[in-house]
Amino acid sequence: MRFALPILLIPGWLFAPAAAAAPGVYQPPAAFVREAFGGNAPAPKTLWIDDALAREIGAILGHPPDGRRLRYWRRGARTAWVLDEIGKERPITVGIVVDAGRIERVQVLAFRESRGWEVRHPFFTDQFRAATLTGKHELDRDIDGISGATLSVRALTRLARLALFLDARVNAS
Amino acid sequence: MLGNKLVFAIFLAGMATAGWAAEPTTEQKIEILSAEIEQLKQQVGGASGGPNRVSVGGYGELHFNNLENRKDGSGRDMIDFHRFVLFFGYAFSDSIRFFSEVEIEHALVKDNNNGTGQTSPGEVELEQAYLEFDLSPMFSAKGGLFLIPVGILNETHEPPTFYGVERNNVESSIVPTTWWESGAAVTAKLGAGFSADLAYHSGLKVGNNFQIRGGRQKSASATANDPAYTGRIKWTGVPGVEWAMTVIHQKDIGQGLVPDLGRATLYESHAVVNRGRFGLRALYAQWQLAGDGPAAAGADKQYGWYVEPSLKLGSQWGVFARYSRRDTQAHDATASDMAQIDVGVNYWPHPQVVIKADVQNQKAPLPGVDEIDGFNLGIGYMF
Repeated sequence: MRFALPILLIPGWLFAPAAAAAPGVYQPPAAFVREAFGGNAPAPKTLWIDDALAREIGAILGHPPDGRRLRYWRRGARTAWVLDEIGKERPITVGIVVDAGRIERVQVLAFRESRGWEVRHPFFTDQFRAATLTGKHELDRDIDGISGATLSVRALTRLARLALFLDARVNAS
Repeated sequence: MLGNKLVFAIFLAGMATAGWAAEPTTEQKIEILSAEIEQLKQQVGGASGGPNRVSVGGYGELHFNNLENRKDGSGRDMIDFHRFVLFFGYAFSDSIRFFSEVEIEHALVKDNNNGTGQTSPGEVELEQAYLEFDLSPMFSAKGGLFLIPVGILNETHEPPTFYGVERNNVESSIVPTTWWESGAAVTAKLGAGFSADLAYHSGLKVGNNFQIRGGRQKSASATANDPAYTGRIKWTGVPGVEWAMTVIHQKDIGQGLVPDLGRATLYESHAVVNRGRFGLRALYAQWQLAGDGPAAAGADKQYGWYVEPSLKLGSQWGVFARYSRRDTQAHDATASDMAQIDVGVNYWPHPQVVIKADVQNQKAPLPGVDEIDGFNLGIGYMF
């Protein structure tokens, strides 16, 4: 019986505020892109993924890419990417800005999983700043993980590698 | 008629905005179409739409134990598909989701149909089944059957994430991992790397041997005379570093069914440090049981701790050593704390696949007590 009253109160306490909240989204992609380019975002471009490029992306992600094209934004030597990757079970949306082949900024735009949300904090994402890609498509530095967030950390690391790889690709073309 | 008007309106709008500009190139058309498709994807649900609402995952581990009890020389050689686990989840929306975990332990669950009940070594367990609600960027809540937020391994125990073939004995016997209950919980992301969990849930039902691990009811028609409360504060403010402390309290850990057994409190704290190639895990956990029964058995204090340094050798190899002590009758008249040393290696051919080997050596304070020594091999995965 000591269970009864608190359990009866739970539904009202839980459901009322949940309906109004959209808490997993920290920044809309469009706002991220605007911010990345000083409030004046260039028009988006499309990178088409042919079979050869899909294989290279697959080698970085550990799985084939979801689609056949990626949108990105570019002005001069700076590119911005909004990419999705699953950590454990749900996609994490990450914005990445690359300038002259170095990561300028990594920002978690939406996090939809139960655990691992700590990766959105600057104390973690700042580790990617100025990172470059080695010849083997690895980052030029170790990224310290977060206990209990192993899969989220790996997802962000893969996306950082992918953004650097794609930046090099579009700047070379 | 309406259609004709719409086409005309679009035509006029196009003239107004384009100013009779030249027809877009093929590349421009593709850009326009791509943007429209992106907008449509957002309108129909974006990342949480369609098949992405359902998630499936899992992990498993096969173990070979080559062990011997030094007390009497008896062998304990065993091969066992210890755990086969599947996760199923469903996102009702970006802020309400369901998560579940179903596990088969020890590979075989079989009724021998001779009236004595199940005799096979295995179990089918529902370890998690809860609904989680994001209330705000700072708060989330869940209700259902969930893992208790305590220790290092209780919530994160996929084989590639830890060293050692078997889960360490301190967390298994003292925490006691894996421990799940039914109830409600709130998580607060406090900023500066701090988070807090508060949970109100079903409690243990410890018997008259006062052993904590045996008190897990697993939410299986569980006695609910007396609930428990859990509070945890965790700090992960620096990459690679975690510190946490959990307190769990239950007013009557025997659910009112065991005479001379009363309230119980668990204090647990741990630290995890991973910096570059070096890793360190350390944990201390202690139960305090009230009542004349536990006091008479010396089981009113039950504790354990371990320290586990590790070293990564490149991205695929890692070695570790662990020193642990545990005692489930720390206040009895005779020394009963068991010391154990484990040394081993992990090999990750893929970040989500691991092959493990370790040796273990137990040391009891007095002769005539079980001391299980030997080596263990394991292979595990997660996805």
